[in-house]
Amino acid sequence: MTGLKQILTIIQKDLILEMRSKEIIVSMLVFSLIVVAVFNFIFDPGSEQIRTTAPGILWIAIIFASNLGLSRSFAREHENAHMQGILLCPVDRSLLYIAKVIGNIIFITIVEIISLPVMVVLFDLDLHGVLPLLLLVLFLGTLGFAGVGTLFSTISANTKSREVMLPILLFPVTIPIILAASKSTSYLLAGRDITQIWSWMRILIIFDVIFLVVCFLLYEYVLEE
Amino acid sequence: MIKVRNISKSFASNQALQDVTFQIQKGQFVTLLGANGAGKTTLTRILATLTRPTKGTVQIAGYAIDKDPIAVRRQIGVMSHFSFLYGDLSAEENLHFYGKMYGVQNLQNRIDELLHQVNLHTRRYDLVRTFSRGMQQRLSLARAILHHPDILLLDEPFAGLDVNAHKMLNDLLHNFIAHDSTVLLTTHDIDYAVNNSHRLIIIKDGRVIADDPTASITTDHIKNLLADKSK
Repeated sequence: MTGLKQILTIIQKDLILEMRSKEIIVSMLVFSLIVVAVFNFIFDPGSEQIRTTAPGILWIAIIFASNLGLSRSFAREHENAHMQGILLCPVDRSLLYIAKVIGNIIFITIVEIISLPVMVVLFDLDLHGVLPLLLLVLFLGTLGFAGVGTLFSTISANTKSREVMLPILLFPVTIPIILAASKSTSYLLAGRDITQIWSWMRILIIFDVIFLVVCFLLYEYVLEE
Repeated sequence: MIKVRNISKSFASNQALQDVTFQIQKGQFVTLLGANGAGKTTLTRILATLTRPTKGTVQIAGYAIDKDPIAVRRQIGVMSHFSFLYGDLSAEENLHFYGKMYGVQNLQNRIDELLHQVNLHTRRYDLVRTFSRGMQQRLSLARAILHHPDILLLDEPFAGLDVNAHKMLNDLLHNFIAHDSTVLLTTHDIDYAVNNSHRLIIIKDGRVIADDPTASITTDHIKNLLADKSK
């Protein structure tokens, strides 16, 4: 129960700080909307081309915006040695990981909640009948990306060139998640058979589990000097 | 209360601490003196469970720092030249956050008591980024003692403070010691160390070169010990 309270306390603190500064959400949101808007100018709305490229555009917007948010959220903890303050508390390092992953998922989800409807309108996408599964794919992709991203943003926050270091570390490792999430989304929007969609979703779930377990176990060591 | 046995710490080829051994009894106010880079901060970080020693053992309040770090963290309060406070949270919100993390009972009462003690009760709802350095350090002390720690580890807490803030922080520290708590302080201020602490531990190049009661050591002797003979 103490551990759960500590997790909730960290999440609450991160949300209050973000509500006051708005620096993470705003930068993520602006970036994702710019990506969606730029691609909207390139392709004709409702065309076959847009239907095939929309999943990729959606995940490009989510992943790059998430990268911005992850980088900033940990940079904030290193200002004035806040992270040390938390590490001095009687909290298990792995609980800190869980709290940070949940916090990052919340930030990314907020961006998705706003970006997805904008994309549906601009690209004239038909989500009829696929929305629940699409939301599940978005959640699974976000979970995996935030899980790995939390670990790597903690590593890169200790480096001088953290903004450059994070994508260099993060993107190659998360390729299975990005691939499985964009393929699942693509098959969903193309109206493919559920067995085909499920084959990619299964890969996404498997990588989510593997990455989350590994990152959870490694987090304590990452926080060590 | 604090038992340090043969600890060493190296960062790549740099040997920050070498075979450091000492004990601190309950209620003692011990000052750690040393030049920049002598290993004071590294030692404080090891005692605070932020860094693991490469070699040796440390026990705090009967708990080994490598085996039971969470129990150790409950016993210690740490204050450094960093306040660990969030600028975009108010004084009260900062204490609430840390109080919940430590599981402090009757948190609101404890926060009220501490804010009065550090004379920040009138600024409790103000964001910490609007505070002066002295106010932040006072709040930082409140944060450090929020969970009633038995041991206080202070890493250059007086750095950058004006005379008034220095005096207030010193009074708060002595109040803490009067309640039979243990203090380990690192500082460059030899006069402060001689006038306020019970015992001095002098570190040079990662080694303990003196460990004496304050009454038996003079300021000049300390200066000689700290002086770099190679120059």
